Amino acid sequence: MKKKSTFSFSLILKHLTVLFLVLIWTLPTLGLLVSSVRDKDQLTASGWWTALVTTERNEVYRTPIADEQVAVEGGWRIYMPLFEAGSDRSIGSWGLRADEIGLNLPGDKVSLDDGSAISVLESGELDWFSETPFTHTRGIRVFVDARIPPRFTFDNYREVLASEGVGQAFINTLTVTLPATFIPILIAAFAAYALAWMDFAGRHWLLAGVVGLLVVPLQMSLIPVLQLYNQVGAILGVPSKSYVGVWLAHTGFGLPLAIYLLRNYMAGLPREIMESARMDGASHFDIFLKIVLPLSIPALASFAIFQFLWVWNDLLVAMVYLGQGVEKIVLTAQLRELLGSRGANWEILTSGAFITIVVPLVVFLSMQRYFVRGLLAGSVKGG
Amino acid sequence: MIGQITSALMAILFAVGGCALFFVGANVLLDRTLSSRGHMTDLQRQQRDSLRESIRPWIFIGPAVALLTIFLVYPVFKSLWLSFHDANGESFVGVSNYQWALTDPEFRISIRNNLLWLLVVPTLSTGFGLLIAYMTDRLWWGQIARSLVFLPMAISFVGASVIWKFVYDYRGTQGDQIGLMNAILVAFGLEPQAWISLPFWNNFLLMVILIWIQTGFAMVILGAAIRGVPEDTLEAAQMEGASPMQMLFRIVIPQIVPTIVVVWTTITILVLKVFDIVLAMTNGQWDTEVLANLMFDWMFRGGGDFGRGSTIAVVIMIAVLPIMYWNIKRAREDEQ
Repeated sequence: MKKKSTFSFSLILKHLTVLFLVLIWTLPTLGLLVSSVRDKDQLTASGWWTALVTTERNEVYRTPIADEQVAVEGGWRIYMPLFEAGSDRSIGSWGLRADEIGLNLPGDKVSLDDGSAISVLESGELDWFSETPFTHTRGIRVFVDARIPPRFTFDNYREVLASEGVGQAFINTLTVTLPATFIPILIAAFAAYALAWMDFAGRHWLLAGVVGLLVVPLQMSLIPVLQLYNQVGAILGVPSKSYVGVWLAHTGFGLPLAIYLLRNYMAGLPREIMESARMDGASHFDIFLKIVLPLSIPALASFAIFQFLWVWNDLLVAMVYLGQGVEKIVLTAQLRELLGSRGANWEILTSGAFITIVVPLVVFLSMQRYFVRGLLAGSVKGG
Repeated sequence: MIGQITSALMAILFAVGGCALFFVGANVLLDRTLSSRGHMTDLQRQQRDSLRESIRPWIFIGPAVALLTIFLVYPVFKSLWLSFHDANGESFVGVSNYQWALTDPEFRISIRNNLLWLLVVPTLSTGFGLLIAYMTDRLWWGQIARSLVFLPMAISFVGASVIWKFVYDYRGTQGDQIGLMNAILVAFGLEPQAWISLPFWNNFLLMVILIWIQTGFAMVILGAAIRGVPEDTLEAAQMEGASPMQMLFRIVIPQIVPTIVVVWTTITILVLKVFDIVLAMTNGQWDTEVLANLMFDWMFRGGGDFGRGSTIAVVIMIAVLPIMYWNIKRAREDEQ
């Protein structure tokens, strides 16, 4: 009996621990997503976890001066709506001193020393009445507890897409990513087949070389390739920062993993198929095109997802070889730019960040199976 | 905009089509020029066959070898060469770039921070990954939990930096905190802090971002390894009355050590190259500089100092060498 109760206690503990960990891993992203659709004033006034409840904010207003009084029956009146027309805000309480903000309810009348009376309605309308004309040249301050109901909007997205250059950057990223995903697949597939099934001198050295290149840090290539591009640009009279340059760079940097993954997969295909095809007189080219390539589609898909995510999310290669011009800047670089220039505008940053991560997230979620398979092939088997 | 989309699509067609055309064309050309059909002796035919088939592998692998050479092999040697030359790569300066590195305060901070990153990030990513993989292994909602922890892997380092910068946000002492971390502190009656500019500790806050991303990777790989642990060893331990934690440390971990090492080294290599997070969060301010960001900085600082930049790249490369050696050795053993 005792054994059983400790068992279920540890089970609850296990559920709670996993739940806690999952929350840590999801809350930051959830916060971004929620914040990106909040009204930008609310976003800076209260935490995103309060997005669904009415926020209260202490605000201070100053009444108009005597010039704006109007004569009414029995006296003089100063009127001012505290909130903009059409606002859904309301007044929770109000007062005439900062420490008396909770003193009066909406609609209460407060008499001043000069015999006038002031009141603030729930709708935020301030009404100040006096039997004698007002003479003050400086308005008095009114402290209110403004209640702001939750408000969600896509304005942040509209703004960030149109005027912060994120829309253009999205197209630029797409222009970089698609060719930089497909070119290496094609080149690597041929190379992987050769390494797996063709017999030639130096095959083992090449394979060892590919495994070695897998871990060469990108940093080693940055400067020499940049110099190379500058020279080529100068000789051919073309700009040294170009989409072609970025595609080639991503292809070069992605090839080791591509060749490695595809070779491992192709080497695992049954030998008998190849041999019987050889017997029938098929050339290596035919075997590759008609047998190996169709059979390798799962591995091709795995690598395609890797490369797609890597290129889409890359900042370094794009910054060095594509630059920061408006017509070429990619999403990640644009987002970093916004972090610098609009660092305090969370409505821009959250919606901008979400736009940069939404495509990889969709690809990732819909093709997780292939991605996991690729991960396992890349790290558990060998290398 | 439509124009750019069209030209992007054209580029894809052009690039992929060009590649395909090369492979098909080269193979057809080879078959034509070295055809073994027609009038010839058996010996001639055999010679042609073997010549043709010894050329063909190089058509298959040629483009890959060329690209690997241009983008990875040549740059390794060129960077090494540049590291012994001045800012423009014109005159030989011996080891003075390395001497500069040893005495430069920024470089020293970077080395210290990189060591911290190397110590903390692979350890915690692997640790959390293992823990979550083990705990969710037989949970009925384990699949959902794993997917959620795995999700950050799809998020770019810059995107993740924005996400976490928002978590660390500091609003001064007036008004509500909109950053989750400071809000929690305030809820417990503690003082909010401007975390990002708090030297030394801010390093760990940047590390959290990479750990957050990489734990999913560790979890998936280790999860697969855990499922490969023989059922009977686990059952035997359970019969003996071992607690879940005892089973993890005594039964599961010893059997998956090779996988743990692979995960660890993979994350280690990634950590050595960490750049985006530091650039986006602090750009190396408040003592958070790391080698990869410092290298990027020197590439462009004052018109670009390629000597010093290359020197820093070489230092990163040297740190990777042992792992590279070990990988090649293991891959060759697998081949046998």
